[in-house]
Amino acid sequence: MKNKFNLFTIIIFLSFCFIIFYKGLDNSNIYTPIINDKKDIPIFEAKDFNSNAYLKSEKIFDEDFFYIVNIWASWCVPCRTEHPLLMELSKNQSVKLIGLNYRDNLNNAKRFINEFGNPYSQIIIDSDGILSVEFGAYGVPETFIIDKKKKIIKKFTGPINKEIIEKIKLIIK
Amino acid sequence: MKILKIFIILFLSIGFSHLKSDEKNDELKSKILKNIRCLVCQGQSVYDSESEFASSIKLIVDRKTNEGLKEDQIYKFLREKFGDWIIYNPQLNKNTYILWLLPLLLFLVGGAIIQKKILKKNEK
Repeated sequence: MKNKFNLFTIIIFLSFCFIIFYKGLDNSNIYTPIINDKKDIPIFEAKDFNSNAYLKSEKIFDEDFFYIVNIWASWCVPCRTEHPLLMELSKNQSVKLIGLNYRDNLNNAKRFINEFGNPYSQIIIDSDGILSVEFGAYGVPETFIIDKKKKIIKKFTGPINKEIIEKIKLIIK
Repeated sequence: MKILKIFIILFLSIGFSHLKSDEKNDELKSKILKNIRCLVCQGQSVYDSESEFASSIKLIVDRKTNEGLKEDQIYKFLREKFGDWIIYNPQLNKNTYILWLLPLLLFLVGGAIIQKKILKKNEK
């Protein structure tokens, strides 16, 4: 009776271990930070892409709009794939797109905008990547939605696609 | 001559104390950077990583330590931006209770079982 009980306990224990490891292996081991709470936009001062003048964050986000902050760079290949979608999104009147040019060569970035079009109402320069970190980004491209109360309500890591565009349209409706 | 000697001693002591504080600051920066996980090269610390993200974090840590922020304040800033996972040494909170308390619990249960067995053996 005791041996049967021991065997049963071992089987239960091994099954438990198997399920834990099986489920664990099934999960992605790449961590992606998720925004659960609404976060305030960082307070910063950054160079304007066109005029080179310093702009304060309050000035950039001063209108009663939804804002979309898109972090991009001319050297970033996925940025090229999402660019036509950003061009389409820029036609929407209820949203303003802010481009954050990440660790880029200014001439290359200007060439990129001339070649593919400018969906942004304002582009600011983030030459050392600090501003992107302040937003909570760790690479390019990343896209943030900022509501009318100037809170970051949603973050998309990686290039945006048609599905994400639909989600954005629903949020800014 | 005496005044000159005093002046030289003072000058050298100020210079060395400055060097020592720089050294301390560098040690603190290294300690912090070794405890931050690089989110691009996951598995490497920011200290070891050469990614763009890591170099931005190095600049931020440098700036914040020079501003006089303490180690905990820098971790708090990073946790707010990227979550608890960015720090290698997790803090005790509702998400990490099991992580911190399970080994202690297992140790206590194991200890109790061993003690019970020893007592039983002694009784025999």
